[in-house]
Amino acid sequence: MSKKEWPLWEVFIRGQHGLNHRHVGSLHAPDAEMAINHARDVYTRRKEGVSIWVVPSKEITASSPSEKGPLFDPAESKTYRHPTFFDIPEEVGKM
Amino acid sequence: MYAQLVKSDAIKSREDMSPEERAFQDRVDAGEKIEPKDWMPEGYRKTLVRQIGQHAHSEIVGQLPEGNWITRAPTLERKAILLAKVQDEAGHGLYLYSAAETLGVSRDELLEKLHSGKMKYSSIFNYPTLNWADMGAVGWLVDGAAIMNQVPLQRTSYGPYSRAMIRICKEESFHQRQGYSIMMKMAFGTPEQKEMAQDAMNRFWYPALMMFGPSDKDSVHSAQSMAWKIKINTNDELRQKFVNETVPQAEYLGLTIPDENLAWNEEKQGYDFSEPDWSEFFEVIKGNGPCNRERLGDRVKAWEDGAWFRDGLNAYAERAAERRRAASVAAE
Repeated sequence: MSKKEWPLWEVFIRGQHGLNHRHVGSLHAPDAEMAINHARDVYTRRKEGVSIWVVPSKEITASSPSEKGPLFDPAESKTYRHPTFFDIPEEVGKM
Repeated sequence: MYAQLVKSDAIKSREDMSPEERAFQDRVDAGEKIEPKDWMPEGYRKTLVRQIGQHAHSEIVGQLPEGNWITRAPTLERKAILLAKVQDEAGHGLYLYSAAETLGVSRDELLEKLHSGKMKYSSIFNYPTLNWADMGAVGWLVDGAAIMNQVPLQRTSYGPYSRAMIRICKEESFHQRQGYSIMMKMAFGTPEQKEMAQDAMNRFWYPALMMFGPSDKDSVHSAQSMAWKIKINTNDELRQKFVNETVPQAEYLGLTIPDENLAWNEEKQGYDFSEPDWSEFFEVIKGNGPCNRERLGDRVKAWEDGAWFRDGLNAYAERAAERRRAASVAAE
């Protein structure tokens, strides 16, 4: 009996309304073609999507949790990046 | 429930925790999700592997008692519906194995532990499904009990487990309703059909109650799992909730719950009911239920009989990769 495990793939699905492909989960498959077949069976049984991407899990590089501070904290003090930061007088109208 | 009797550590007091453990507990208490690369106590990881693994095993072993009736369904429509449900269970197993794999175990390792009897699956699947009415009782009661446990687990602290539960719960409601629909057809059918429905209920009622695990007073170590939010409600809380919701559904069908002690308790705003026979439960868990051997045997056989197919796909994938390499060398 085979001891070789099928590699892991990450699955991304685009729904019907023109949104981005979204990560939905992972699965095992021997190659990309079978990964698409499996993804179709597992993740689109209820019309969840019109397009599938599969990526070998080992090819994904992730940010490290210990870098969370340096990476994301700087955004906290920059509220001026949001439109609501600026008060526009009512007389000006919709902007 | 789908994970009963998960072995876990004794609860640690705050004073006994390391600074890392304390920071971890604070995150859990604040309702933050723990993700695979985050630091976690070894006990948390181990308990989750056991619990999610057991849950995943239950999903795929759970296919067996129903799979038996796919070719025997009374109509083509019922057959298609049952096939879709059983296919869903395979998907649920897959979501859960994937969640377990984020904790550093492989799916094949977990399957090996199931096949060698080192890991368990829910006791409920060691009962036989004798006739078509059992498909109704299983969907209605067994999937109903599963939902009772899985809905709160959507809020569990471990991110991948929580996301798997959310996906599963979306699909599980169809399972319960298709079961109830079978029960309605039979309970409102001929007297013989109604008798079959009642008989199925009689056989599945107590095994369904056992799905929630032993009574809280005998349930060891659930305190640590609750502190870690990998268990949200106690066994007895969920069992009570299940009885409260199921009694009116049985009344609508005109079926009698096989418990002469069943009575509405105004004070607790819930039903009083008889406990299942816990000695039977522990026997089934030990491997001595009516179908333990058959289920595990079928599972192992399916895995072994599929080996040539898995190997074939591997060989094809390797050759195709070689051909691509050769073609890219030739093009250079």
